[in-house]
Amino acid sequence: MELLRINHLKKSFGALSVIKDFSLAVNEGEVVSIIGPSGSGKSTILRCATMLEKMDGGDLIYAGKAAAKDEGMGSVYASKAELKEIQRTFGLVFQNFNLFPHYSVLRNVMEPPVMTGLMSKEEAKEVAMKRLSQLGLADKADAYPYQLSGGQKQRVSIARALALSPKILFFDEPTSALDPELTAEVLKVIKDLAAQKMTMIIVTHEMQFARELSDRIIFMEHGIVRAEGSPEDIFCSDDARVKEFIGKLNA
Amino acid sequence: MNLLTIMQQLLSGMVITVEIFVFTLLFSLPLGLVVAFGRMSKNGLIKTITKVYISIMRGTPLMLQLIVVYFGPTYVFHIKIGAGYRMVAVIIGFTLNYAAYFAEIFRSGIESMEVGQYEAAHILGYTKVQTFAHIIFPQVIKRILPPVTNEVITLVKDTSLAFVLAVAEMFTIAKQIAAAQATVVPLMVGGVFYFIFNFVVAWGMEQIEKKLSYYR
Ligand SMILES: Nc1ncnc2c1ncn2[C@@H]1O[C@H](COP(=O)(O)OP(=O)(O)OP(=O)(O)O)[C@@H](O)[C@H]1O
Ligand SMILES: [Mg+2]
Repeated sequence: MELLRINHLKKSFGALSVIKDFSLAVNEGEVVSIIGPSGSGKSTILRCATMLEKMDGGDLIYAGKAAAKDEGMGSVYASKAELKEIQRTFGLVFQNFNLFPHYSVLRNVMEPPVMTGLMSKEEAKEVAMKRLSQLGLADKADAYPYQLSGGQKQRVSIARALALSPKILFFDEPTSALDPELTAEVLKVIKDLAAQKMTMIIVTHEMQFARELSDRIIFMEHGIVRAEGSPEDIFCSDDARVKEFIGKLNA
Repeated sequence: MNLLTIMQQLLSGMVITVEIFVFTLLFSLPLGLVVAFGRMSKNGLIKTITKVYISIMRGTPLMLQLIVVYFGPTYVFHIKIGAGYRMVAVIIGFTLNYAAYFAEIFRSGIESMEVGQYEAAHILGYTKVQTFAHIIFPQVIKRILPPVTNEVITLVKDTSLAFVLAVAEMFTIAKQIAAAQATVVPLMVGGVFYFIFNFVVAWGMEQIEKKLSYYR
């Protein structure tokens, strides 16, 4: 089943055209990585897909439901109520975690399902504890974010996203705020999710990780897709820019 | 006149001083938050109005503002005002003045919040109101506690300005006794009263700060 479709996404900030034309279709259970140099528009794509940013042009469709449609006059968004409904399909993991510092770890994870009326307090607590144990954080349930390492913070934020049972999870450079050791523990969590067939779209600079994990890799440059394909296609590409980029990061 | 009688006479004034203090806080804190929202509004008119309001309140003496609030209705609307309006005018004047200061404190606190907190809450399905009430505001309170404490301590001392409207708060009575009896003792007692009052206020604020120190 197709969970996400983006058709001809266009996005500018003022006079600066950041995404010129970007399309993507993701099926259930697929893992897609987006790589590319800094400033190529990777975060902007995720921010448009998660509706933190409005698209100027193009369609955004989640599991057949249109969040935005472009009939030639730019993107037109669905009603507020429909968007709220569609929003439940996905979760987003931020580079800098954005945990709620005044909530304990447990509360960070259990509060959103309660707040959005998805679960009762008891249910939410049960789900939250289950997610935290899965990610090896059960003993941190009562800690506050400031007491955690970066890797633990990122795992909590993944648990928080998972507690809402999203169908798709977006990651924007989930490990680039972490040192190598902590990076490994977060990457392992994402690998486990992939093994459980979680649909994921990951912006990352971790080439080896993207290669092992992804069904597909998209290489972005200057707001367009420069190359796209299986990890082997990308890593064995003859495209000079792709080669150069991968070579640089592997060195 | 011994110390005990002086204190007895000052007592009714102390009650009024505490009343001015409590009512001013009670009304000016919520009003300050509303003004802060106006100041941050996307609506240009609302933004300008609140900006002008804040700059007038901060740019002119509180004493003058009290006089305007008290005499304004008579001069502008020719409304007859009773003596009971004195205390009301004091509370209104203080509230309007302090709301302006609190508004700027609230605004600086709200604007210091990272966008990431709003974005995370939004993605997790929080409504705007939920985001503000549960995520932003509790953190803002912790951040603005030190400047709010400063204002509250200033308010304790400012209550003595109520004398311009002949409201017999503590310091007004102290001055009267001092003049009639040719002694500075009532003024000293008054000073001690303010000191103790502020000591209690500072202690109270410290307790709140401690309560909120469970996170960083
Ligand atoms: N809110 C904004 N206003 C103006 N320009 C922006 C905004 N957000 C992003 N940009 C610009 O858009 C371009 C793409 O930014 P984006 O953050 O999507 O890149 P990226 O591929 O994620 O880069 P990085 O690898 O450094 O995270 C950059 O030139 C950036 O300066
Ligand atoms: Mg980025």
